[in-house]
Amino acid sequence: MSWSFMDGLKYTRQHEWARLDGEGSTVTAGITDYAQDKLGKIVFVELPEPGNPIKAGDSMAVIESVKAVADVYAPVSGTIVSVNEALEDMPELLNEDPYNEGWIIKLEMENAGELEGLMSKEEYEKHVQQEEEVE
Amino acid sequence: MAQGRKTPLYEWHKHRGARMVDYYGWLMPVEYGEITEEVRITRRAAGLFDVSHMGQFLVGGRQSTAYLDKLLTADVSSLEKGAVRYSPVCNYHGGTVDDIMVYRVGEEKYLLVANAANKEKDQSWLLEHAEEEVRIEDLSGEYALVALQGPKAQEIMEKAADDENDFTKLKPFAFSPQLKVGGAECLVSRTGYTGEDGFELFCAAGEVLHLWEALFEAGKNGNGAGPVGLGARDVLRLEASLPLYGRELDEDITPLEAGLERFISFGKGTHFIGKEALEAQKEKGLTRKLMGVEMLERGVPRSGYPILMGEEEIGHVSSGTHSPTLGKGLGMAFLNPHIARIGEEVKVVIRGKPRAARTVKLPFYRRGKR
Repeated sequence: MSWSFMDGLKYTRQHEWARLDGEGSTVTAGITDYAQDKLGKIVFVELPEPGNPIKAGDSMAVIESVKAVADVYAPVSGTIVSVNEALEDMPELLNEDPYNEGWIIKLEMENAGELEGLMSKEEYEKHVQQEEEVE
Repeated sequence: MAQGRKTPLYEWHKHRGARMVDYYGWLMPVEYGEITEEVRITRRAAGLFDVSHMGQFLVGGRQSTAYLDKLLTADVSSLEKGAVRYSPVCNYHGGTVDDIMVYRVGEEKYLLVANAANKEKDQSWLLEHAEEEVRIEDLSGEYALVALQGPKAQEIMEKAADDENDFTKLKPFAFSPQLKVGGAECLVSRTGYTGEDGFELFCAAGEVLHLWEALFEAGKNGNGAGPVGLGARDVLRLEASLPLYGRELDEDITPLEAGLERFISFGKGTHFIGKEALEAQKEKGLTRKLMGVEMLERGVPRSGYPILMGEEEIGHVSSGTHSPTLGKGLGMAFLNPHIARIGEEVKVVIRGKPRAARTVKLPFYRRGKR
C-alpha cells in the first residue's frame, strides 16, 4: 500500500482519524492519507461553528476536490472546541499533511470510551485493503 | 466491476493504473493520476485522450447533403470536402436531440461523430428521417478515436507521424483523410474538446494501440505530455465553455438558449427540423440563457445549484467545477437574461449558503496566440 497510516491514532470506516490530545478528553480529528489521495487535490473546505454539539457519524465538515464533494463525519460525539481555520485559505494542507497541519476539528468528547470502539491502525489497514479489492 | 464495453485501449489504461468507470455503457478511464495534474499537462504540453466511446456514423448516398441539411442546424451544403463543422441536431420544438461533428468525406459522404450517451437515440432519429437514397452505417466500435490536445500537439504529431503528409498545414476544423501514425492509417482532424490546439484521429479499432503508443512515446520524451481521463476532459471543456449534452443541452434546451446561435443557419437553402420553433423563440426573446458565473468567494458551483440576485432566484448552474487553470470556482448557468447581465453580482447557493459570485462572459478560458 502506498498510503501512510500513523500509530497511536484511531480510525473510522469512512476514513477519518482521531487522536486523543494528551491526557484529557479532547480529540483532534481529520481525514486519512487514503481519503485525501482518493479525493485528489482538495480545493475547498467548509468548517462547522465551534461551540456546537455533534454526534458521532454526523457530518462535521465538507471537503471538495475538483471531482467530488465529500462529507467528513465526526468520529466521536462531543462539543466542537475549535476548527482549523487555516484550511479555508489553504485547503491543500489536507493533501500535504493530513495528520498534522491538515487537522480539521477538535472535539471535547462526551464519552471517552467511544474512542476505544474505533479501529486501530492495523484494523484500518485491513479495511482499506478490502475497499481496494472491491474496486 | 460493471459490465461494459471495452475500447481496444482498455488493457493499456488498466495497466497504467487508470481508475475506470462505466460511461454510458463503456468502461472508460476517469483519471490516471490526479485530475488537476492532467488538466495542467493538457494546457502546458499535451494530453492524450481515448474517446473511442463516441458514436460514429457514416452517411452516404445521392441525397445525403440534402438529408443532413434537413436534420442539422448548420449549413451542410456549404461545407467543403475535407472540412468539419459542429452542429446541433434539433427536434420539432427546437430542443436538442444531440450536438455532433459532421465531416464531409466525399461529395455525398459524411462522417458524423455523436455523443456516446445519445448514440442509440441518434440512430433512431437518423433512420426515422432517412430518405430512400440515403444509407446510414453505424461505425461505432469498429473505429477507435484518439485525441491529442495541447500546445505541443503538433510537435508530438510530427514526431509520431510516419509519412510526409503535411498535416501541419491543417487549419482548425479541417481534416486529412489519410495519415499514417505508428503504422496506423488514420483520418486526422484539427478539432477537439479542450480549448487547445490539437488533433482527433480515427483509425480501425485493431490498429489503435499502435497509434496510441506512438503518440504516447513521442509525447513523453521531453514533451511532458501524458494520458488524460474523462475527469480532466470535463474540466477542460468547462474552462473552454464547450457544452456537454445532458447539462447545457437536452431535448428541452434549444441551441439559442445554450448560446449556440452561430451554429444555426437560418438562411440556408434547405428547411431544417426545429427551424420554426427556433425562429419563434428568437422573435419572442429568451427566458433563460447560458452565461458564465465565477465565484468571488471560495466555493465550487456544481450542477443544479440555484443562483440568486438579491432574494430572487434567477436560474441554476448547469455545470461547474473548481478551475485549476484559473484558480477559482466556475460554473455555466442558465439565467434569466432580462434580469442578469454580464458583470452583475449574484449568489450561488452552496449547500444552503449563498456565496458571492459574478456573471461573466463565456468562454472562461481562451488559449493564447502561438
